[in-house]
Amino acid sequence: MPLVPLSERPPVMELAGINKTFAGGVVALDEMSLAVNAGDFISLLGPSGCGKSTALRIMAGLTQPTAGKIDWPSGQKAGDLGVVFQEPTLMPWATVADNVFLPFRLRGKTYNSVKDEVLEALRLVGLEKFQKSYPRELSGGMKMRVSIARAMVTSPRLILMDEPFAALDEITRFKLNNDLLALKEKIGCTVVFVTHSVFESVFLSDRIVVMAARPGRVVREVTVDAPYPRTEEFRTSADYAAHCRAASDALHSAMEAA
Amino acid sequence: MSLTDQLAPEKMPGAGAVDADEARRQARMRRERIARWVLPAVMLLATLWLWDRIVVWNEIPHYILPGPDRVWASLTGDWDILFDAALLTGRITLMALALAVIGGAGLAILFNQSKMVELSLYPYAVILQVTPVVSIAPLIFIYVESKTAGMLLCAWIVAFFPVLSSTTLGLNSVDHNLRDLFRIYGASRWQKLWMLQLPSALPYFLGGLKIAGGLSLIGAVVAELVAGTGGVGAGLAARIQEAGYRLNIARMFAALSMIAAMGVFIFAALSLLSHLLLRKWHESALKREN
Repeated sequence: MPLVPLSERPPVMELAGINKTFAGGVVALDEMSLAVNAGDFISLLGPSGCGKSTALRIMAGLTQPTAGKIDWPSGQKAGDLGVVFQEPTLMPWATVADNVFLPFRLRGKTYNSVKDEVLEALRLVGLEKFQKSYPRELSGGMKMRVSIARAMVTSPRLILMDEPFAALDEITRFKLNNDLLALKEKIGCTVVFVTHSVFESVFLSDRIVVMAARPGRVVREVTVDAPYPRTEEFRTSADYAAHCRAASDALHSAMEAA
Repeated sequence: MSLTDQLAPEKMPGAGAVDADEARRQARMRRERIARWVLPAVMLLATLWLWDRIVVWNEIPHYILPGPDRVWASLTGDWDILFDAALLTGRITLMALALAVIGGAGLAILFNQSKMVELSLYPYAVILQVTPVVSIAPLIFIYVESKTAGMLLCAWIVAFFPVLSSTTLGLNSVDHNLRDLFRIYGASRWQKLWMLQLPSALPYFLGGLKIAGGLSLIGAVVAELVAGTGGVGAGLAARIQEAGYRLNIARMFAALSMIAAMGVFIFAALSLLSHLLLRKWHESALKREN
């Protein structure tokens, strides 16, 4: 699908002045504002303790902010959100197909009424042959693919990913990076992706939100204007290196300022 | 273990040529498979033989220690009496186990759904568990008219707690991310219980069930001994007591071996049930390659 320029994308979700202070007085997130627009691939990049996971939990509605507000300009319905955690988080007692079916099942749908969507999602992540397998029969990378298929099976308007590839080996991680981008091209979803890897964030995203710790806050936004589709060649290009340096510099200046 | 490893081991390169280390490993596994059955059988025969020799060599009178031949004669000769007794004890045991499952798992779900109920009742469940049933049983038989109901109650008191505590543990052991996922998808309390907590608790419940199976037999036996059911309608434990009064030691051993056999049968049946329910997905049922 043709990529809409950053400035012309309609907003999906807006965070305004979000603050999260835990009971002990620790400020996890201070004055975070961010507009997530349709078609964005946003990375939240920062060291541990910068509140990127807290920000993601607030977006998912799992944590209430102490101050500030979250707004969904065109309203939010059930199934508007897909989530991928650092662990595959599959139900071990259910087959691959049943795991992907879960978001529909919780909304009271029968398997037969959404069978096509479930199988299509599995086909998109290349696991249609494994629909009857149990999670323990799959490798780590395959489990993560199932988790991604589950997150996108309802065609959500926003997919949140919390360091989904951090636990995988590098070869698998690169492969999944490529596949994730190909998938995004195909279904045109909006992604907010938490990572602590500069390289991963540059390869995947068009907007990198650089965050700093103590207190967790947004320090800068870096735009990666390299065109999609990005392939393995992009990984070794000068353009990629330049963007990595820019993101890395932003990260370092943020950490020095702290 | 990936799926490809599992599907086509024979297509792996070099599967035909087995190195010496691998061959040793396979030979060891074969030996262990055979030994698993042969060794216990040999052990049993040796024990029986030694038992018999001790009785013969020391000329021990049968009213003190009968030889295995006499026990066998009692087992076959008194089979009708013993079998009826076993039926009675077995019935009480199984009914108590069923009630333990219903009561234990039911209470666990209730506790899980309401913290206030748990805080109010849990201490009393513990007290009931830690008080020896032998000391409660005489009171029970004073207040409970029916002997069957009294015995059931005794066996239930012993058996329900492992089901309760392991199911409670299981219901609380849900993966945190899965719990979050259910919240994000707006799951109702019942959906969460039915689709997430109960399946998560199943392996724990089955572990508790195996313990409860043995305990309900113990509970039934203790209840019989306390109730002292003589004459018609006596269970195995009552038969042991009765045979003891008559110095019929052979029949005591025969009844004892039947109780042991029942215990083994219950354990085997529950292990099989557990295996059938978990074999497809749970780590405990996973066969490791090396």
